[in-house]
Amino acid sequence: MYDIVIIGAGVTGCAVAYRLGQYAGRVAVVDQAHDVSAGASKANSGIVHAGYDAKAGTQKARLNVKGALIMEEYCRPLGVPYVRSGAMVLGFHEEDRATLEALYHNGLANGVKGCRLIGREEVLSMEPRLNPQVLLALDVPASALVSPYELTLALADSAAENGVQFLLGSRVTQLAYQQGAWQLTTPGGVLTARAVINCAGGDAGRLHNQISTRQVHIIARRGQYYLLDHNRPALFTRTIFQAPTKMGKGVLVTPTTHGNLLLGPTAEDIDDGADTITTRDGLKNVLEKARLTFPGVSLRQVITTFSGNRAHEAGGDFIIGAVEGAPEGAFEAIGIESPGLSAAPAIGDELGDLAALSLNLPKKTDYIAPTPLPKAFSAMDEDERRAAYQKDPDYGRIVCRCEQVTEAEVRRAIRRPVGATSLDGVKFRTRAGMGRCQSGFCSTRVMEILAEELGCGLPGITKSGGKSWVLSGGIGKADQDA
Amino acid sequence: MRDDRIPVDLLVVGAGPAGLAAAIAARKAGVTSLVVLEREDEQGGILNQCIHNGFGLHRFREELTGPEYAQRDIDEAQALELDIRTGTTVLDITPDKLVTAVSRERGIQVFAAKAVILAMGCRERPRGALAIPGSRPAGVFSAGTAQKLVNMAGYMPGKRVVILGSGDIGLIMARRMALQGAQVLACVELMPYSSGLNRNIVQCLQDYDIPLLLSHTVVDIHGRERLSGVTVAAVGEDRQPLPGTEKYLACDTLLLSVGLIPENELSLSAGVQLSPATQGPVVNNLFETNIKGVFACGNVLHVHDLVDYVSRESAQAGQAAADYLLGARPCFLRSRVCDGQGVRGTVPQLLDIPCEQTPETVELMFRPDRVYQNHHVTVRTPDEVLLSQRRMIFTPGEMAEVKLGPAMLEQARGKTITVEITKEKQA
Ligand SMILES: Cc1cc2nc3c(=O)[nH]c(=O)nc-3n(C[C@H](O)[C@H](O)[C@H](O)COP(=O)(O)OP(=O)(O)OC[C@H]3O[C@@H](n4cnc5c(N)ncnc54)[C@H](O)[C@@H]3O)c2cc1C
Ligand SMILES: Cc1cc2nc3c(=O)[nH]c(=O)nc-3n(C[C@H](O)[C@H](O)[C@H](O)COP(=O)(O)OP(=O)(O)OC[C@H]3O[C@@H](n4cnc5c(N)ncnc54)[C@H](O)[C@@H]3O)c2cc1C
Repeated sequence: MYDIVIIGAGVTGCAVAYRLGQYAGRVAVVDQAHDVSAGASKANSGIVHAGYDAKAGTQKARLNVKGALIMEEYCRPLGVPYVRSGAMVLGFHEEDRATLEALYHNGLANGVKGCRLIGREEVLSMEPRLNPQVLLALDVPASALVSPYELTLALADSAAENGVQFLLGSRVTQLAYQQGAWQLTTPGGVLTARAVINCAGGDAGRLHNQISTRQVHIIARRGQYYLLDHNRPALFTRTIFQAPTKMGKGVLVTPTTHGNLLLGPTAEDIDDGADTITTRDGLKNVLEKARLTFPGVSLRQVITTFSGNRAHEAGGDFIIGAVEGAPEGAFEAIGIESPGLSAAPAIGDELGDLAALSLNLPKKTDYIAPTPLPKAFSAMDEDERRAAYQKDPDYGRIVCRCEQVTEAEVRRAIRRPVGATSLDGVKFRTRAGMGRCQSGFCSTRVMEILAEELGCGLPGITKSGGKSWVLSGGIGKADQDA
Repeated sequence: MRDDRIPVDLLVVGAGPAGLAAAIAARKAGVTSLVVLEREDEQGGILNQCIHNGFGLHRFREELTGPEYAQRDIDEAQALELDIRTGTTVLDITPDKLVTAVSRERGIQVFAAKAVILAMGCRERPRGALAIPGSRPAGVFSAGTAQKLVNMAGYMPGKRVVILGSGDIGLIMARRMALQGAQVLACVELMPYSSGLNRNIVQCLQDYDIPLLLSHTVVDIHGRERLSGVTVAAVGEDRQPLPGTEKYLACDTLLLSVGLIPENELSLSAGVQLSPATQGPVVNNLFETNIKGVFACGNVLHVHDLVDYVSRESAQAGQAAADYLLGARPCFLRSRVCDGQGVRGTVPQLLDIPCEQTPETVELMFRPDRVYQNHHVTVRTPDEVLLSQRRMIFTPGEMAEVKLGPAMLEQARGKTITVEITKEKQA
């Protein structure tokens, strides 16, 4: 029996697990995917919203502002990339002035510092590649960038180092309270726990409705993106939003913490929240809207497209805390759409403390502080590279040419506390395969290293676990049963 | 300068056929301080995974496999005792020719070179660059990656295969997968013609009854974990899919052969100017870039169909680098070469024609923008037509070339030269 089981290893679940790592108790995180950060937490804009947008007085506004304020400090010990980039919301028409003013005042009410309305010339001097037809903008210096999956992975590592178990590839089909304990049905058997924390993203509503008399309704809202190659110098240094108009919300153009450029997302309500496809129309839409911000956008620079689904709750706000209308010991984070990433530090701390206190779990005396992620080889200067090589000659071997990832880093990614077990796992931990050739060059080498480290044959390697096999069999060897 | 810089006269990046031919030529021309850096463990470049034959017909008048062709250069380089360091990746080149590399054996090495030859080859265009909609399952490979898996690692990437793009690697892989017992359902090509060599269409598709769907494309990719199928549709003249023509093909593998891109990240770091048409460096007839003493040849300069021409061009680049180092350079007047009607990516883009000696014959290489039959390649200056030669066929899948002899070069010295495809012979 566990003290606490967290359902969902996205940024929310991992932030809760990270907090619970400070408490003595038996804690597990269960996720249906074969890696952490497989849901919305790996496919979003990666923006730490300052908090001017969420409606004053809501949970969203409170947790957004609180999370954004502590995000930099939160990331530092983990070694997670965080960049205080700033943002702008553009207005192109006189009507947009009122919208931007309203955002400005909403920001004031939420306690966001430093926002101001600026005119065309100042806008263009700050971001020269913007459409010169811009009229005015809301300047938001407090906005920032974070690498969402690296944050989630780092939180998971630290939690695991402090004894939290990660049960991956295991979907909770049924949640029930029986004989004084919570029962979580998974294909591998039933888990029991004194408390559960439902952080299941798109599926959190279904699980909630199994245990509560008060029903919630989650709508999957897809967001599609184009990802562009990095440029030096960067095309934009800030996140550029468009003022919402009668025509819709617009799309953003933003650098990522690694200097790529992201265009998107769309907002489409879809039936199946597990479907993260991109569509012709969706991508076309992104491009058309992005051109309004950045007329010079070139598809030659596109390295990939992807999509993620927001878990929008019909009421429009985050639902955080003890589950209403359910037996004791059930906690949840429901409807964690944007700004859920920004709010994650706040949600994790609050929800973790709440659950720990409810069980009277004491603080650990032997807590292990997080080990910061080491600096990437690609970001090192010459002397740092020489030093890294002195310690580990595997730094001398480049595996991914586009992102200059070394063999030492790939091996480390597999050996991390919550280590990579697939090509995608290595990719999200090291960037090997994330560059302009999209793993055409490095995938065979990464597969060999994975096979060595995991002690399996090449045909056992998958793209992302489960049935995502890469090879159907050897030549002149027995075929894999696919 | 830091004292841990390694001085070298000529540094060659890449030991594929281009780098090897350039290094061999430079050594023969008298360059003794010369290092070749290659990131793979073997020399020979992309040829190592091309185990089919068809290499060397022009250069050796023999039909060799890729590795056999490469071996001839590797043997010659060895006989000349060239310093070729494999397992060494070049990370950065500065405009003043500091070359940073790393290897497992020696760690970080920084060379201070007097001349550099760029011979990094090219890479394949990935799915993402085409933004094909759909899901993102396992089972979508570039054709070259599949080739590496099958020929180098000895594993099959799947059993029911669709190929998008009819570039040569895709065609070769269609046959390779079929020979290995996979079912190849179709080769799907967006354009109304193939970008591959005609001999490959015959030998790799027709001989194996693999349909070539011209003016078609993949419009959707299905499957969550592993690919389960693709939707194929016909395209109109604007190359946009025609609604109502969609067809679902159940398959577990999609191979992409949709273009090769010269690998010029290092060139950019060195300050080398690139041509939008070739995506390779802008060079003169000595294969020198805008950065003095930095030369480029092979697929990094422009994507070739035949390795024979890579070797020939690269030997010229090696000779030119040697001349640069040994100080033999006459005065010259510069002519600019422009793509005219029907022509794309002419290389070299600049001709530095000597003033006081008879110029040597120059070959201009280019690709036609579509198929032309019984047309003329015409080369002209603003004042006159230098030549106009009839050719039976021009196709984008085969690089075309035209030679300018000494007399024509003297006429063109300092003038703008235009290469075009014309219906009629020009006078
Ligand atoms: C397009 C888009 C753009 C966004 N942009 C931003 C932004 O710029 N800034 C920002 O702050 N926020 C942004 N967000 C919101 C942010 O991404 C989310 O709020 C955050 O990632 C939610 O994290 P999560 O852990 O709650 O959910 P998820 O990351 O989706 O994690 C839920 C996890 O639960 C697992 N799971 C689900 N059901 C089960 C089950 N039954 N059993 C076991 N496991 C289960 C899933 O596999 C998944 O791993 C964006 C979201 C989207 C979709
Ligand atoms: C699948 C395929 C089939 C082909 N079939 C035929 C055929 O039938 N007949 C024919 O004549 N031609 C064929 N060709 C063409 C021929 O193989 C190529 O034109 C030729 O290999 C190009 O030579 P290269 O040296 O420019 O490039 P490559 O062979 O690609 O060599 C470049 C070398 O540079 C190295 N390198 C790159 N970057 C770095 C770095 N940063 N540091 C160190 N080293 C680096 C690479 O590892 C590589 O070894 C084929 C090509 C392919 C890809």
